Amino acid sequence: MSLETPLHRVEGLGSAHSGVTHFWRERVSAAALIPLGIWFAVSILGLVGGRYVSVLTFFSKPLHGILMAAFVVIALYHLTLGLQMVIDDYVHSAGGKVVLMLLARTFAIACGALSLYALLEIARVF
Amino acid sequence: MADSPHSTARRPRPMSPFWNYHWSPTMASSITHRISGIGLGLGMAVLTWWLFAAARGPEPFTTFLSLAETPLGEVILFGFAWALSFHMLNGIRHLAWDLGYGFNPKSSNMWSVAIYAGSVLIPVALFALAYTGNGGYYL
Repeated sequence: MSLETPLHRVEGLGSAHSGVTHFWRERVSAAALIPLGIWFAVSILGLVGGRYVSVLTFFSKPLHGILMAAFVVIALYHLTLGLQMVIDDYVHSAGGKVVLMLLARTFAIACGALSLYALLEIARVF
Repeated sequence: MADSPHSTARRPRPMSPFWNYHWSPTMASSITHRISGIGLGLGMAVLTWWLFAAARGPEPFTTFLSLAETPLGEVILFGFAWALSFHMLNGIRHLAWDLGYGFNPKSSNMWSVAIYAGSVLIPVALFALAYTGNGGYYL
């Protein structure tokens, strides 16, 4: 039993019932991706022409492995939020929304799990 | 009604947005932001493939590289470089909008054109650096 009034419970939440949560998470992850995205582009250019050993040596360095993990995780998080917005805007059936959101999240989690496994494996072996 | 002081004869009445809907650079950049975002999502699968192939050993990694170095592979990689550039530039503009800057139609359209130009210049510069042997400085 809550002493909160029903009005107070819904205040600030709006018609989507979640307030500015999605908006704010999207902006914060976007801001984090500015420096990480620049680091990513500079790193990839720095690895152009690299063969197997040289690329693994690069990512086995703790700083590079950690930054790559952060880039992948935050990019996939931002992707999930963005895809949710696109699905909410263009898919009008409740069932379609649920199916597409589950697919989007499965995709993001699969990419994240494989990438993090790969980075850990590279750090372990090299 | 005919001699109403609020005459409709000289000034056309406001139209519904549906009737004066025409494309502007800002509208184009808005939908391009979404398309490039979805494209970058597919790019995450390619990035995952690259990292996973590297973790699995030299053979899967060489397979990935031989595919990436085909003309189609290079076109796809250029597409990702463009999508990342566009989404990053337009995303920075979105953050500026959120802070209240650049909202009037004129500057919004001007920035949209600048963002399209920048989004092509950045990947062209990156690929030019790579092809002229100025990449690979971490090897």
